[in-house]
Amino acid sequence: MTKPLLEVEDLRVRFHLRTGTVEAVRGVSFRLGRERLGIVGESGSGKSQTGRAILGLTPPPGEVTAKRLSFDGVDLLTASKRKLRELRGGRVSMVMQDPKYSLNPVMTIGEQIIEAYRAHARASHAEARDRALAMLEAVKMRDPGRVFSLYPHEVSGGMGQRAMIAMMLVTEPDLLIADEPTSALDVTVSMEVLRILDELVTERGMGLIFISHDLKLVSSFCDRVLVMYAGRVVEELEARHLRDAKHPYTQGLMRCLPTLADDVHPLPTLNRDPSWAL
Amino acid sequence: MLDIQDLNVVFGTGRLRVEAVRNVSFTVKEGEAYGLVGESGSGKSTVLRAICGLAPITSGRVRVNGKDVTTPRTKDFYRTVQMVFQDPYASLHPRHTVDRTLSEPLAIHGEKDAEARILQALKEVGLGPSFRFRYPHQLSGGQRQRIAIARALILRPKVLLLDEPTSALDASVQAEILNLLDDLRRRLGLTYILVSHDLAVVAHLCERLLVMRHGEAVEETASDALRSGKASNEYTQSLIQASQGFTRLPSQPAPAKVG
Repeated sequence: MTKPLLEVEDLRVRFHLRTGTVEAVRGVSFRLGRERLGIVGESGSGKSQTGRAILGLTPPPGEVTAKRLSFDGVDLLTASKRKLRELRGGRVSMVMQDPKYSLNPVMTIGEQIIEAYRAHARASHAEARDRALAMLEAVKMRDPGRVFSLYPHEVSGGMGQRAMIAMMLVTEPDLLIADEPTSALDVTVSMEVLRILDELVTERGMGLIFISHDLKLVSSFCDRVLVMYAGRVVEELEARHLRDAKHPYTQGLMRCLPTLADDVHPLPTLNRDPSWAL
Repeated sequence: MLDIQDLNVVFGTGRLRVEAVRNVSFTVKEGEAYGLVGESGSGKSTVLRAICGLAPITSGRVRVNGKDVTTPRTKDFYRTVQMVFQDPYASLHPRHTVDRTLSEPLAIHGEKDAEARILQALKEVGLGPSFRFRYPHQLSGGQRQRIAIARALILRPKVLLLDEPTSALDASVQAEILNLLDDLRRRLGLTYILVSHDLAVVAHLCERLLVMRHGEAVEETASDALRSGKASNEYTQSLIQASQGFTRLPSQPAPAKVG
């Protein structure tokens, strides 16, 4: 295997609160090459905080420590803010869950993409504009020129999400972190968005971290899956071998989903074993 | 139990006119669970809201127990029909305790014996009496949804309208709530109308379902037919496929594009 793009070792995220210290991520380690890695878990499992910590986006009282957190040889923990800013949105970018809250409401979609591009590349406004239009086309917008001059509230959720993906990919990042990129979208639209992401990963050889609560979706989309529970990775496995998961939590999560294929009444529920959280 | 004929719901006038629901008809028998499936904007929630008086019935007929509903709905109607909303974080008053939330419908309908009824309702949804004086922020998402269900059940309605009751919940909690709903229907002989975007959830809970798109009914089918993949409609097929997870197109190998 070639040198990994991202190395994470013993990542911990702590929040010191009035009521005591909460450790949201407790010793997560993984390596990522140019592949699709899924991180799955339920609310509060620390999957989003893991993604944020990599980009240095842990919200303030949070404290991030790790034995190693490096992206392509750059130590993200000791890197200067300037260096981090250069990486963020440039070589590493992040797609957030809900386009309604993560796009700037008072700027047109086109201007936002241009801003993102010019923050990282030396380019004239006209060049950037061409890039932005090309990018909107790459994410399968039907009429890129029209979408370019629209404000976020004027487009649908699916279009907003695609606009955000366009913005995140315009700088041609090496690593994309997607935090629940499709959970605000309808099933058929989310399949479209995934298809676009998939193409971009295969064509550009980008690394992708796909964070989601949806085990079924992740296992069908990613190459490798990390299953998180209470801030830890309880299981790591090849996505196609998800059916042979060993950990009772992963098995339980798989079983408790109703499926079209078989009709089980009542659904098996998850009995949480306190030892999983240890 | 419920008979809906040519239901139309129109919002706004002139340029802002939106036909949210167009000529939708279906009937639900007593004790049956009926599903409405579709994507956002398909009008599935609007149908529910029109039934219980939260959206106008522009034309068409809604009959409950053989009687046309009146606008505004009568108290009697709400004794028969109750609704559970999607987001238990939004549908419970943040500054009311569980006790107050549950006693409100009893007070409105002049029911006696509030104390016993509240304890009974809590028990039915699998929560103990210790939850009675908690505030919503002291409950998990699944517990909140249980309270919302308890509030709907406390008047002993015959029909429950369920608007995406599990889509804000984690998978393992969803399983618990679905089991609870299944169990309550059997024990109390309830009739359900379930709205969801998740085909698997609808097929799990309901016997029959209506697929909707752009405010219109696309196809009425049985869950068994869905299971055996017998959906005749193309749109239903695409929903079934999407619910199976992501599928790579056969044109996957990238180098195929060369030349």
